[in-house]
Amino acid sequence: MTYKITRDGDISTIYLTGEIDMDVTEQAKELIMPVIEEKKEVHLNLKDVEYMDSSGISVLIESHQKAMELGTRVVLKEISKSVLKVIMMAKLEQILILE
Amino acid sequence: MDISEIKDFPVNSKSLREVREFSREVISKSSILEESKEELVLAIGEAAQNIVKHAYKDNLDTNDKMQIKISFKNKILEIGFFDKGKPIVEENIKHRSLDDIKPGGLGTYFIQQIMDEVVFKEATGWHNNLVLTKKY
Repeated sequence: MTYKITRDGDISTIYLTGEIDMDVTEQAKELIMPVIEEKKEVHLNLKDVEYMDSSGISVLIESHQKAMELGTRVVLKEISKSVLKVIMMAKLEQILILE
Repeated sequence: MDISEIKDFPVNSKSLREVREFSREVISKSSILEESKEELVLAIGEAAQNIVKHAYKDNLDTNDKMQIKISFKNKILEIGFFDKGKPIVEENIKHRSLDDIKPGGLGTYFIQQIMDEVVFKEATGWHNNLVLTKKY
C-alpha cells in the first residue's frame, strides 16, 4: 500500500494505492486516524485500491466511527469496482459515506 | 481442464499477498473460474488470514508453513487449507451480525457468501484442514 495526502481548505484527501489487507492494516490506521483527529473532513480516494479484504473494511468502519465521534466525516471517493463489491457484500453502502 | 496445485506459505501476514498471487495464477488457468476470480481470491485470502490471525494467535513468530491446495475437477472447485496451529473449534466460528456495525468479524461471512460449502475435515499430520467448495 502506498499513499498520498493533499489538503485543500477544510478537506484532507488521502489517496490510497495497492492492496489493503491484514498486513497493512496498522499502517493504514496510523495514516488515517491522525488526519481524522485534525477534525477536518477526510476524503479517502480508493480509485487505485486493487484489493481490499475484511481487514481493510475494518479500517473503513473504524475511520467512519472515529470521524462521527469527533463530529466530522470520512467520505469514500472514486471507489474502485473491486472495493465497492466488498463494501456491498458487507452491506455497508448505507452506513459508510460513499460519493 | 482439471487443476490441482499445492503450495506452502510461511504463516504470517506478509504471506497473504503471495497467497493471493498464487490463487490468481491458478484460477486464471480455467476460463470458468476466471469469471469469479476476484471473489475467489478474496475467499482464499480471508481463509489464509484466519489461519494467521486465529490458529496462530499466540504463536506469531512461528516458522510453520500453511499449505493451500486448489483443485478443480468436474466443475467442482475445492480449496484446502492445512495448518498446524491451534485446533479450531468449529462451533466457535461465527461471523458478527451485519447489523452490528463494528470493525472485524466479516472474513468468515465473506467466505460463506462466496463459497457453497465451508467445512473442517481431518487431515493426517495437520491440526486444521478447512475445505471450501464451489460448484460451477
